Amino acid sequence: MVSRRVFLKNGGLALVSLGFAPEFLARTAAASAARRKVLVTIFQRGAVDGLNMIVPFGERDYYAARPSIAIAPPGSGNGAALDLDGFFGMHPRLAPLKPLYDAGQLAVVHASGSPDGTRSHFDAQDYMETATPGVKSTRDGWLNRYLHAREHGSATPFRAVALAPQLPRTLQGTAPAMAIGQIGQFGIRAGMATERVETSFEAEYAAAANAVLQQTGKEAFDAIRMLRSADPQRYTPANGAEYPRSGYGEALKQIAQLIKADVGLEVAFAESGNWDHHVNEGAAVGQLAARLDDFARGLGALVKDLGDRMADVVILTMSEFGRAVEENGNRGTDHGHGNAMMIVGGGVRGGKVYGTWPGLAREQRYEGRDLAVTTDFRTVFAEVVRGHLDLSDASAVFPGFQGPTRVGVIG
Amino acid sequence: MQLLTGARQAFAVAAIACAVWTVQPIASGQNDNSPVPARPDDRVIAHVLNRIGFGPRPGDLERVRRLGLSAYIERQLRPGTIEDAGMAARLAGLGTLTKSTRELADSYFIPAQMARREQQRQQAQGSSATNPEAARPRMDPSGMDAVRSERTVMLELSEQKILRAIYSERQLQEVMVDFWFNHFNVFAGKGPTRLYLIEYERDVIRPHALGTFRDLLQATAESPAMLFYLDNWQSAAPPGAQTMDAIPGPRTRQARRRPGLAPPRAPGAAPQAAATRRPRGLNENYARELMELHTLGVDGGYTQKDVQEVARAFTGWTIANPRQGGGFFFNPRMHDAGGKVVLGQRTGAGGAKSDGERVLDILAAHPSTARHLATKLARRFVADDPPAALVERAARRFRETGGDIREVVRTIVISPEFFAPAAYRVKTKTPFEFVVSAVRATSLDAVEARPLVQALRALGMPLYMCQPPTGYADRSEAWVNAGALLNRMNFALAVTGRMGNARVPGARAAPAPIASGEAMVRSVMAGDVSETTAATVARATTPAQGAALVLGSPDFQKR
Repeated sequence: MVSRRVFLKNGGLALVSLGFAPEFLARTAAASAARRKVLVTIFQRGAVDGLNMIVPFGERDYYAARPSIAIAPPGSGNGAALDLDGFFGMHPRLAPLKPLYDAGQLAVVHASGSPDGTRSHFDAQDYMETATPGVKSTRDGWLNRYLHAREHGSATPFRAVALAPQLPRTLQGTAPAMAIGQIGQFGIRAGMATERVETSFEAEYAAAANAVLQQTGKEAFDAIRMLRSADPQRYTPANGAEYPRSGYGEALKQIAQLIKADVGLEVAFAESGNWDHHVNEGAAVGQLAARLDDFARGLGALVKDLGDRMADVVILTMSEFGRAVEENGNRGTDHGHGNAMMIVGGGVRGGKVYGTWPGLAREQRYEGRDLAVTTDFRTVFAEVVRGHLDLSDASAVFPGFQGPTRVGVIG
Repeated sequence: MQLLTGARQAFAVAAIACAVWTVQPIASGQNDNSPVPARPDDRVIAHVLNRIGFGPRPGDLERVRRLGLSAYIERQLRPGTIEDAGMAARLAGLGTLTKSTRELADSYFIPAQMARREQQRQQAQGSSATNPEAARPRMDPSGMDAVRSERTVMLELSEQKILRAIYSERQLQEVMVDFWFNHFNVFAGKGPTRLYLIEYERDVIRPHALGTFRDLLQATAESPAMLFYLDNWQSAAPPGAQTMDAIPGPRTRQARRRPGLAPPRAPGAAPQAAATRRPRGLNENYARELMELHTLGVDGGYTQKDVQEVARAFTGWTIANPRQGGGFFFNPRMHDAGGKVVLGQRTGAGGAKSDGERVLDILAAHPSTARHLATKLARRFVADDPPAALVERAARRFRETGGDIREVVRTIVISPEFFAPAAYRVKTKTPFEFVVSAVRATSLDAVEARPLVQALRALGMPLYMCQPPTGYADRSEAWVNAGALLNRMNFALAVTGRMGNARVPGARAAPAPIASGEAMVRSVMAGDVSETTAATVARATTPAQGAALVLGSPDFQKR
């Protein structure tokens, strides 16, 4: 029985036995033999402008609504959208992703998003990370609930990792999950005294009165030992992959390292920020373009670096909501509603833009201003959880969700 | 002892989860009217120092006992009465702190801005012209100097925050400045916001930290930092709306632009600068966060329509000479002069600047605001999920006193719930609280703040760099995970080792030897650590190692 964090539920205190399982190497071997599936989630925080990321160039209303920031249709020279299917196109700076789409490894779900109409970043991120739109009281993130739903004996401390300084809401909850800023720095650093100090700290945390600190401490020291044996210090990306030198690029590179080190990674989280372009968003070039460039080069490098391993990996991108159809008074876009998600991976039925397109005419918009949502983001999450991570019953991961659990992107 | 400690902690957690608070007298002989123990033991004093301040220094428990716990709390509530001359001396070397925004703009930001623009110009001429966000050409040495020296402004601000929290005798005031800055968060990384940060903390937040909420609210609403951060400076009457006639006053930036200084563009901004045109159209960003985060709270009972109406009320609240250190300016030509209905209350047409002030009146007096702020304050001082009865009393006090922050804080910190044993050590320190309390515990007299600024970045809480308007979380879940705990242990090692030997240039002679771990357990932790922690500390091979084993211990992560 794998150790579990002691947790509180309904005001009561549930004590769960804390078994030590020190055979890390054995577990690692088991994990690698089973070749568990891996899900990498990327959160574009700040609400990316989905209409300029995956451009509906076939819509007359798109151009009418965005006189200064629209992306030109394919074939109109420099800075034109990259044609996907004759109606949608990628922003030109997503060029590194175009070959993946063409190879059928990348799918888009457009006009996807939350059934809740909030235009608050905070609320919308919260709803997306808990996957309970409209319910603010949810304590755990959806990926943490998935970890619970699929507990298994060969889990390692690296089962769920956010490559970020802080654990995102998505992974918060009672199942063990960890945030790592830099895997190379992971460990106790006390020079000659390292071993002794590490042992002392480990003893302190093992005896911690606070159950959460006790269990989290155990995870930390287990993880140190595993990473030590995996030796991630020396790493060269494979297949000539070049990650952008941003925090996001670094995070993706380290996710690849962890996947290849076979330390038992199953769920990874990275984020990409600065998408909130109320002012001077730009079009083919400009602020959004620069962010998409970083985003696409990172994603492209990760796929390239992982090579054949992509057969077991799915990468899912999301952002809390889209942006208003019409540009605002500052050549930017205000908070909107529907957006586009991307799914990349070996098992993905890519090369297609999924979802029902609601249109951009005023009467087709959500509240007369935003792209309407025709696919609940939970439908996409659920399909990934069922189709890729093989959880047959995802109802505990998406409590109260009655909608469809399949778009058709996987399997 | 181990079991007892565990049971107590478990009880504490369970009690909070159920919001069932057993209130018991803590010491005999206490004043019947006050829940503040008259003869507190060390644990009670440490609790107070951990909550209304950044934790005890060696010797503090005794000092507070001599003064009396009630008297100590009362003095902290009136920071002006506390002698704090030493603080000024410690900050004397940080020259930017006393400068006006205009001076900072002239000496630091504009030169750096010009250097960056020159670099962009070269870039535009270079081969990468089709790719304006790509790798930039190298900057010349004078440009590099300008950019480096600009960075000292943010650094000195950050050092100041850390030094005050560590060394100021006015501990509650520093807690409140931190609290309100986080409540009215602005992000140094957003455009020229950083140019206004020194002024924002010094002149907007600090003077009102224990003052009247309505004043604080107005000060933030008019602050260029907030106007930039939440975009209101560009929000203008929507096309077709009636604006007001021009009145004399500072001109818009086009008229007063200095020669050779076009408004800067963000790296990679569109080549056609929109900033050269008059802004047009509403921007709802400030209006929404004003209600959701600053006042009513997300469930405070407002609609999208209210957001739009509030945004209209604040059109014209802008900045004179933005990016050059200009101040608040109401621009009637941007203002939507029509009437508005906010939360069911009507403002007449033609109210000009008073429209926004009327909105602030409505919001500050709204019961949802009282509840929202009472909850956040009780969360800071008592528990992640504060007892409902305490929140209710604090909210009532807020309403009774017209939003007197000092009185609301007083209600919370002298409450039975605050002194209930169930509240002890249930709060997880944020990285900032952890770093500051650790340095205080070492009683290092002259610590260099710069490495601490960097440490906070590694610990996941870079100062002034919290991007979302929510500010940093004040709940345990956000800060407890395996990676974060290791970072804290490593910080404990660093601060008791290398970092602890660093000195501020010109500070007193040799660094005093660091307090030993065992002394720290007694004088800072009030002896309240697990047996294992006490034992590992006793086995340490050096005093510094023992100190590290205290500061990195699970016991020290709680306050």
